[in-house]
Amino acid sequence: MTDKPFIDIRHAAKSYGALEVLKDISLQVRKGQIVAIIGPSGSGKSTLLRAINDLDPLTKGEVWLEDMQVNKPLPPRQYERHINQMRQQIGMVFQHFNLFPHLTVRGNITLAPKMLKRLTEAEANALAEKQLAHVGMLDRIDYYPSQLSGGQKQRVAIARALAMEPKVMLFDEVTSALDPELVEEVNLTMKKLAEEHMTMIIVTHEMRFAQDVCDRVLFMDQGVVVEEGPPEVIFRNPQHERTKNFLRKHLQGNAQ
Amino acid sequence: MLRVYPFFLAAAWVTIQLSIYTTVLGLICGSLGAAARLSRSRILRFVGAAYVSLFRGTPALIQLFILYFGGPQIGIQLDAFEAGVIGLGVNIGAYMTETIRGAIVAVDRGQSEAARTLGLSRSETMRKVILPQAARLMIRPLGVNINALIKGTALVAAISVVELTYTAQRYIGSTYKPFEMFLLAGVIYMVIIYVTGLAISWLDRRARIS
Repeated sequence: MTDKPFIDIRHAAKSYGALEVLKDISLQVRKGQIVAIIGPSGSGKSTLLRAINDLDPLTKGEVWLEDMQVNKPLPPRQYERHINQMRQQIGMVFQHFNLFPHLTVRGNITLAPKMLKRLTEAEANALAEKQLAHVGMLDRIDYYPSQLSGGQKQRVAIARALAMEPKVMLFDEVTSALDPELVEEVNLTMKKLAEEHMTMIIVTHEMRFAQDVCDRVLFMDQGVVVEEGPPEVIFRNPQHERTKNFLRKHLQGNAQ
Repeated sequence: MLRVYPFFLAAAWVTIQLSIYTTVLGLICGSLGAAARLSRSRILRFVGAAYVSLFRGTPALIQLFILYFGGPQIGIQLDAFEAGVIGLGVNIGAYMTETIRGAIVAVDRGQSEAARTLGLSRSETMRKVILPQAARLMIRPLGVNINALIKGTALVAAISVVELTYTAQRYIGSTYKPFEMFLLAGVIYMVIIYVTGLAISWLDRRARIS
């Protein structure tokens, strides 16, 4: 592992009119690192994550992936080509899965590789099978998304993102929409990715998961990173009052 | 009474042809209109919006009259049937514009986000992800447009296209039976609309299954 940042967010700021949702955030993630972003809703954590692939463009600041600027200022046509290139390297998984309902599991996974990497039907199929085996969903390859449970959908969504062989994976509250008993299968899939040293940035409400899997935890509130550090520090010995309050409420809620 | 049936059948065929051509033209105008309304270009968006408000905001009959009677004055010479198809097609296209646009907009935002995140371009996303889903959503509402359009073909009687309504009017003169003539025309319209409705439902069901 080198010290050079793999993902480098420099002075990210975003506002909607007078409302500042991100206030000058800088964040470096090294290759293979697994970062959790926690914080109350409205803290800007999802916005920050979605700025990394420019789904929610920043008002100010830069996002770099290795030596390429993701949100490079370019004329619209060139930018479109550039961002599509960049996004192929940045996988993303959403809270509500966003599988394509008109395509089978196979179709969901092979669509982008066939179109963008010019894979043949056979190559794309082999890829789909490999990725589905990886998330334990190979037996559902010819199902439609509507025939799957929430946890299965999310695992397919992960496989779909992995099929583009991204350099980094972004997870946006991927277990928040799941029934409690389905959370574990998705968490296990992500743990497996973590063990394979995928670089991951995870926005989550699952404190235990963040604690178990992540190398680093960021606590965000009101558009700023209040505190960050290794999970054992953030969860056991938080320095800031806001972090303590948030964790108190959250860990209580989790413990029931 | 019996001797009028062949003429009504011939007229029904004209109404059916009118309906088919008008539907095709309407779908073309509606697709272009929706593309314009959803375009990134402000000028195209304005053109699309102007098209919709102009043609939905004035009576179709006036549009037909302008085209058929006013057309020659500005060098547009069309026979009655052509004027009927073009007038009605462009008119219903304005309604279809909104139907198609509505269906496209109704596809969940997350769908295009997921596609864009994978690296698909705007047009690839539209073609492979949004339109296939929007197509299913638009079948029924387009069916409503087509239903209105079939009934709307009666208007072209006013520019002397020999279709059902015109034929009914014409044979009142020789039979003195307006009740029967209009009833017969009404029944034939109903059959055409009923069969079309079945076809739309079938399409809709098929789209849902796959």
